[in-house]
Amino acid sequence: MNSLARSNNIPSIGLSSLDELWFQVAGTRCNLECTHCFISCSPHNNSFGFLSYAEIEKTLEESIEWGVKEYYFTGGEPFLNPELTSILELTLTYGPATVLTNGTVLKSESLKKLRTAEDQCPYSLEFRVSIDGPTPEINDPIRGERTFERALQGVELLIEHGFLPIITMTQTWDDSQNETILKQFRQVLQDHGYTRPRLKILPRLQIGAEQQRTAGYGDFDRVTLEMLAGVDESQFICNHSRIVTDKGVYVCPILIDSPDAYLGDSLSAATTEFPMKHGACFTCFQYGAICTNPSTKAIE
Amino acid sequence: MRLAFFGGVYNNYLALEAAINDAHARGVERLYCLGDLGAFGPHPDRVFPFIFENNIECIQGNYDHSIGNDLDDCHCGYTDPRDNHFAQISYNYTLKNTSEKNRRWMRGLPTEIRFEFDGVRFLLCHGSPRKTNEFLWESTTSTHFLEKLAKDYEADVILGTHTGIHWKRQLKQGGFFANVGVLGRPENDGSINVWYTFIRTGQDANDSTLDVEFIPIEYDHQRLITEMHDEGLPQEFSETIATGFWTTCLEVLPGKERRGGQY
Repeated sequence: MNSLARSNNIPSIGLSSLDELWFQVAGTRCNLECTHCFISCSPHNNSFGFLSYAEIEKTLEESIEWGVKEYYFTGGEPFLNPELTSILELTLTYGPATVLTNGTVLKSESLKKLRTAEDQCPYSLEFRVSIDGPTPEINDPIRGERTFERALQGVELLIEHGFLPIITMTQTWDDSQNETILKQFRQVLQDHGYTRPRLKILPRLQIGAEQQRTAGYGDFDRVTLEMLAGVDESQFICNHSRIVTDKGVYVCPILIDSPDAYLGDSLSAATTEFPMKHGACFTCFQYGAICTNPSTKAIE
Repeated sequence: MRLAFFGGVYNNYLALEAAINDAHARGVERLYCLGDLGAFGPHPDRVFPFIFENNIECIQGNYDHSIGNDLDDCHCGYTDPRDNHFAQISYNYTLKNTSEKNRRWMRGLPTEIRFEFDGVRFLLCHGSPRKTNEFLWESTTSTHFLEKLAKDYEADVILGTHTGIHWKRQLKQGGFFANVGVLGRPENDGSINVWYTFIRTGQDANDSTLDVEFIPIEYDHQRLITEMHDEGLPQEFSETIATGFWTTCLEVLPGKERRGGQY
């Protein structure tokens, strides 16, 4: 298929409701430099900057009329943002919050405050901790030296404060190994005091650093109109989410490095439908709304 | 007006009978079931006579839709393989043991019911007004999300079930949301009772408009456990009935709701 024919066969997804609002709260700054990061975050990546408490407060207020159901915080590493604890405390007065962290910079003082904030509201504060496998041998080559050990210390700290973190692993092994990996990881977490672990395997996104580590998407790794026939569009997060960054509102957390994913400078300017022309859209098609928590999914 | 609302029955006809008796003792005038008659428990066909004889108006839950249309699974929305494994055992058993006549009846059930009493506009659904299998948990649903639903769907009171745990939230301008709970199994808090919801409107309400009360129901759970065992249903299911803690379908629980359980 030539590029013109393909462009005519690209489905667009409209925003049916703004259920989940994401914040790129730490921009692209991270204390780690994972070799599979789909937006190449690192200590030196300043493509996107921190969001301030004031900016988030303004957006939370704006989100009320949209009927946003849940708020998600990502980076980079969200806890590098010195205002994050206050930001999460504030968010819990508006609705449920989930924070995606690498677990290596968590502090007891902050978690104590957050547990108090969660107890004082009806909402859950979920932590999703990225650990890319049940052993340092699988995890550390991707996430960095000693990161397995440090992230597990973070998990222990979360458990001490009464949280039940969701451990997410980006799959860098064959599908046939999934069951063994899950079993092994459950045991490791049990050994670290997490007796009822919540584990989630995520697919790799072949963009950003991952494109250099392995390979990018092929020309035919694309969603077509035919593929979407009869598919429930709510499996794509662009159907019910947007992400706020310091540079404006983008379509989804995965594509912020793509200029066409920028939709506007406010929520009301970011409701336009989005053409699914990226390779990452194909992964979303294959695996469903991978960014959303299991408690939120409803796929028919 | 005095109204009773039952959530997922999950084949637990013993709890359904106990809840109906309780509602009648409270002077109930109308009874509703918000869907998911089957799943989990024994003898699916024993539920239907109670529904028909008591004129209980029913909504079609995802389970009723699947059983009614002979689909391959329950479309419960689980993503964890272990949850799907147990859900499939329960689904296959219920499909096999529900009569053609009852399946046909479930096929024709509505996905929402609307009515108005004493100036209060009710909207009954299974998961949410916009999607039958949407989970609306207390800890993952913002108040302004519910207020938008009430506005978009032009209702004062929205009632749902599906998650298995009851909760309620006052909305602005007199609006109200409640998850009415389920009769099928306990709520993952170590208590063996199940729950339904009793609502009084107009002159029957203590305040001027609306009273929403969650009612705990005790029933012969030992008999249910024996029947589940005799029918070859998984020991994991009867453990839930015996202990009040969920042993399956855990992945979809948000952190706060899961913290109250044992697994």
